[in-house]
Amino acid sequence: MTAIFFYIFLICIFSILIVGHYLGIKKALLLESEQKLKSRPYYYGWYCLIWMSIPAFLFYVILSILSFYKIFYFSPFLTYVFTFLFVVIGLLLSLKNITPKLNARVKVEKFIDILLLVCAGITILVTIGIVLSIFFESLKFFKNINIFDFIFGTKWEPDTAFLGGAGRGDEMVAEPKFGSVPLFAGTVMITLIAMFVAVPTGLFSAIYLSEYASKNIRKKIKPLLEILAGIPTVVYGFFAAITVSPLVVKIAESLGLKAEYTNALAPGIVMGIMIIPYISSLSDDVINAVPKSLREGSLALGTTKSETIKHVVLPAALPGIFSAIILAVSRAIGETMIVVMAAGLRPNLTLNPLEGMTTVTVRIVDALVGDQEFGSLETLSAFGLGFVLLLITLILNIFSMKIVRRFREKYE
Amino acid sequence: MSVKNIHSKINRKRYLKEKVFKIYGIIALMISFLFLLTFFGNMIGKGYSALRQAKIYTTITITPEVLEDPAYAFPEEDYYFVSRDEIRRLPLMIQDSKGMMNKTFKEWVTADSEVDQYLKGKPSRLKNTDKKYIDKLKEEGRVRLFFNWGFFTNGDSNLPEIAGIKAAMFGTIYVMIITILVSVPIGIATAIYLEEYAKDNFLTRIIEVNINNLAAIPSIIYGLLGLAIFINVLHVPRSSALAGGLTLGIMNLPVIVISARAAIKSIPPSIKEAAYGVGASKLQVIWHHILPLAIPGILTGFIIGLARSIGETAPLLIIGMVAYIPDAPTSFTQSTTVLPAQIYNWSTASLRAFTEKTALAILVLLTVMLFLNAIAIWLRNKYEKQW
Repeated sequence: MTAIFFYIFLICIFSILIVGHYLGIKKALLLESEQKLKSRPYYYGWYCLIWMSIPAFLFYVILSILSFYKIFYFSPFLTYVFTFLFVVIGLLLSLKNITPKLNARVKVEKFIDILLLVCAGITILVTIGIVLSIFFESLKFFKNINIFDFIFGTKWEPDTAFLGGAGRGDEMVAEPKFGSVPLFAGTVMITLIAMFVAVPTGLFSAIYLSEYASKNIRKKIKPLLEILAGIPTVVYGFFAAITVSPLVVKIAESLGLKAEYTNALAPGIVMGIMIIPYISSLSDDVINAVPKSLREGSLALGTTKSETIKHVVLPAALPGIFSAIILAVSRAIGETMIVVMAAGLRPNLTLNPLEGMTTVTVRIVDALVGDQEFGSLETLSAFGLGFVLLLITLILNIFSMKIVRRFREKYE
Repeated sequence: MSVKNIHSKINRKRYLKEKVFKIYGIIALMISFLFLLTFFGNMIGKGYSALRQAKIYTTITITPEVLEDPAYAFPEEDYYFVSRDEIRRLPLMIQDSKGMMNKTFKEWVTADSEVDQYLKGKPSRLKNTDKKYIDKLKEEGRVRLFFNWGFFTNGDSNLPEIAGIKAAMFGTIYVMIITILVSVPIGIATAIYLEEYAKDNFLTRIIEVNINNLAAIPSIIYGLLGLAIFINVLHVPRSSALAGGLTLGIMNLPVIVISARAAIKSIPPSIKEAAYGVGASKLQVIWHHILPLAIPGILTGFIIGLARSIGETAPLLIIGMVAYIPDAPTSFTQSTTVLPAQIYNWSTASLRAFTEKTALAILVLLTVMLFLNAIAIWLRNKYEKQW
């Protein structure tokens, strides 16, 4: 029933908006036949449209928010009627305002200016909001947990925290421990494995594409490589868990080693493959940015192509390649689905990649997916971890952007 | 040894190295393509069997007893192999049409997933005697694999034989509507403001760095943001399309801003100056000249962002969109699931029959993504302009 009302309401609003726009233009044309107007007629139509839509829209949004939070109840039907009235009043007022003296273009443009400013403001607010909201939530966590225990502790045992969250603090068998070292160790391990796969393959792909391949081949191969970056991470995760993990276990067994099904190797390798296009396309850009004169100078001395690449092009492109690797590292650290599906849940401080280990992102997901109360320590620990993760990726990004900028300045 | 000989020896070594170096590059590219091949081969090999579903030709006898226990409707020897769903639905069907009472009819009904797996030659938990019975039915032509329409027209279920992706597909559409509504207008407006209005000062540069940083933040952080702000502060219903769409929309915002800015930036200033020169106002320059020329670039960025959002899972996991949801959503505030979340859900299911469903759902998702990416590449090539 309410749905029908809503659709009728929508149709009414849109038709009156169109009619109003048309009426504005009509009146302007009528006036123009007597004397010259300050703007083109269609601006008067837009002028009407703005007056009809904006106050009514704001009214509707405010009423909806008020009734959503049950601060003030207004039946949907009445809301529609009043919104419609706002539109009609806006139309009448704006039509009355259209006189030869009115410069509609200036008014409309001023409105658009403000609209653009508001949109840019929202984007900026969002950027600040992300950092602040996660910062404040993690503050709550660090109020309860000593930050040094968090950074240097080697035991992550949050399991008893939910009792405290449920108001049964005295039933806690053991104090929950939030030492993040094993989580970060797991993250670093998987990231290292990923880099071990991605850096050589990505770099050599980039070198081949930019130095050896013909333009035609390059144009065909690049989108194919980019498919790797476009595959959803949940799909990679499934592949790592169902296909690669058992394969790793089998190979390890045939070598006489023991591997767990949640080993770090499988997600690491798959993540590495996912990251190849990030490294290759960024390295490709920087290798291309190395001036041709450097290459020609080197080739003129009688070096082979590979010697030129090794001794001239790569050293010149090194800062850029380095920043590509940093960006890839930050991508690997924050990667979630692959490790959630293929890596373990057990915090494990080990150097053996065949054992199961967990990562920061896995524990964030694990802490939030259960039916935990929001205020519980385990939930808050996710925000603590998230904040550290955010900090690390931000630092890595800014660092790599700085390097790239310096690199560009050098050759431009 | 003469000097000449030494030289040719060294050179031979150098040319060998040159060849080896080039081969390294080819091997590196091969690794990527081999992976793509095995990956797609693996997914198709796992998923194609889910396109077919076993049905069993059996007699259904409707008696008053069936209303009490629907098991009576089926012959005793077939009953065990009929999907629980058919049995569950029978009383409802009888209530819907009263004329069915005391009638017997023969029909193809969905078979149990174990029968289905056995027919497809996969590990099945059927007993050996049961397997023999199914073999016999197969010879009689009473059990057969049909095209699995249910996969596209059913929602999720705990019974693998009727589980489908309809609810998830509709959920994805609902979430994407909100994502687009949030990110596209605001993103393009921000890009226009930053490129055409903002003065080049300290604040603008900070905003620029900020937006570039946002694009590189791990997606899981956006999930934390969605949980902290949309769900806890604004009380948007948990696991609703609205919460998911807002979160993904904010995640998508920097992508749109960056691509739209790049598109606007690539328009040569001479076009703008010519328009100003004949007396156009700022809005007219933007509306009549800059936006039409920038549209292909903006559209490309939009499609790439959309493809990324469709495949995104981690932030949705955090805001609770992985719950078991069998029905397609009808409103934005209802609990919803999306395609990647459905894939994640099925991949963690214990029943083996869900593996092929997961792979098929992945193939559906990949088809959508590849299609979108192909459009983006086509757009980029078609409208690529050298000024």
